[in-house]
Amino acid sequence: MAQIFAYIAHKDGVADDSALELATAAKAIDAGADVTAIVVGAGVDALCNDMAASYKSVWKIDKADVAYPNAEIIRAMLAKVVPGDAVVLMAHDTFGMDLGPGLSIKMDSPFAPDVVGIDGVDGSTLKMVRQEFGGQVSTHVACDIASGAVITIRPGSFAADESKSAGGAVADKTADAGDVTAKRKFLEVVEAEAGDVDITKSEVLVSVGRGIEEEENIEIARELAEAMGADLSCSRPIVDAKWLEKSRQVGTSGQTVKPKVYMAMGISGSFQHLGGIKGNPFIVAVNKNAKAPIFQVADIGIVADILEFMPELTEKVKSA
Amino acid sequence: MEILVCVKRVPDTEENEITISSAGNDIERDDLVYSVNEWDNYAVEEAIQIVDKVGGSVTVVTVGDDESEEVLRREMAMGAEKGILVSDDAFAGADGKGIATALKGVVEKEKYDLILTGAQADDGAGQVGGMLAAMLDLPYASLVNKIEVLDGKLKVGREIEGGNQEMSEIEMPCVLSIQTGINEPRYVGIRGIRKVASVEIPTFSASDLGVSAVEPALKKVDYFVPEMGEGAEMLEGSVEEMAEKLVELLKAKGGLK
Repeated sequence: MAQIFAYIAHKDGVADDSALELATAAKAIDAGADVTAIVVGAGVDALCNDMAASYKSVWKIDKADVAYPNAEIIRAMLAKVVPGDAVVLMAHDTFGMDLGPGLSIKMDSPFAPDVVGIDGVDGSTLKMVRQEFGGQVSTHVACDIASGAVITIRPGSFAADESKSAGGAVADKTADAGDVTAKRKFLEVVEAEAGDVDITKSEVLVSVGRGIEEEENIEIARELAEAMGADLSCSRPIVDAKWLEKSRQVGTSGQTVKPKVYMAMGISGSFQHLGGIKGNPFIVAVNKNAKAPIFQVADIGIVADILEFMPELTEKVKSA
Repeated sequence: MEILVCVKRVPDTEENEITISSAGNDIERDDLVYSVNEWDNYAVEEAIQIVDKVGGSVTVVTVGDDESEEVLRREMAMGAEKGILVSDDAFAGADGKGIATALKGVVEKEKYDLILTGAQADDGAGQVGGMLAAMLDLPYASLVNKIEVLDGKLKVGREIEGGNQEMSEIEMPCVLSIQTGINEPRYVGIRGIRKVASVEIPTFSASDLGVSAVEPALKKVDYFVPEMGEGAEMLEGSVEEMAEKLVELLKAKGGLK
């Protein structure tokens, strides 16, 4: 069985939630494996020690030029230090999406993106679960990992391994990683602009998606939100179309909200959208498509056209 | 600037309910409506806007069958000057690496300063751009939602978590995968598509490109409908009845103020 590595995403000295999820995913591949965490950054000793509680071995690459995670530099470093037949796990987040596909080419390994489940290994065949078509269907996939693999794991798909009983050791691989000249240079992170409403503080959200169809129909949702005393939020396509401001977007690339009640109106429920809803709210989903993934996570589902349903609901709320 | 944009013909899943075929090894494709992958429209629009500013031309390429020609014509109607169809049985059932291998052959036939792909398509993998860049040893940035042309290089913004934007400088030639929302893709009407109906689109086979088929890394065992959690309690009845029931439920859950 090949060696398993987990790339640890981190920010401001703190490991991302995915760090301990990857430990669980690694055990699903090989319960007996001694998994190696890879921590790349500048001044990451404390983080490496944290990770040693959860991983048998921790490889540290500590350099000023990776103080910010530049995938181009890190890809070249990993291709150099990780054995070619290793299985490398990372989160399917915006960094993993930047790093993973090219790393699989550099390592000449199969690439398994956005994996949501691992069913185990039979010989050298790893059976995994992926989703296609915006989560409407899932598929079991088989991958021969005899010559290694690069696998990106969807955040939240595996429970974090909180056992902290690995008692691992940290090894410094900085010298092995060498110097990398990058043709892509990191400049800065531009923080998202604050909007007129902070939806992260809202208790009730009326959230609209593609089902709203036309810009002028936003008013119908606004009227419902006003009647309910709720704030108006939305999914990504509404912001892409510039019908509502970015600060109202719920999802991994927008805001993370923690309301008591979340009204998903004409939202199909992509994992990026669901990733922005925390705190286990009461979710009401209204969608024309009875197979929309949102119905699997909602508490109450209604198969209807939101353009018919919302005005009716607004009337009933007003007279309630 | 010479820009190549890689596009894909995909089933329109926003407008269609996807069902699994009776054999369980694919989705039911007969009644599906196909169109250009949504992300690719943003990539083509961005390429056209860059060329409008700094000059050059936009070429669109797809790997597919004869039916894929329609998506090339649609993108040419937007303003792409040239189209290239890569069609060969060797690429039937190809995964991201197979597609990237074919595209590498296309890129190496001409000189491009910038190669764009959509950030992802119907399979949600988001892999072709990154693989292509690695095969060509070119710099790469994914999920790009801003491009500014500088001298010999680009200033690009990547969409990262929390609505933040990561700004980098990247040397050309390079490969970028484009995120939705970077621009507002122009509308294409039937008349626009008719205008480009007779433009010749060269077709390349695997041997024309000097590449061969790549065995897919992932073998699909079966398709199934996912079950996450218990699923919603579905309300039944007329719109009015469901709205009434929902108001009662919302009152109980503190959803009305």
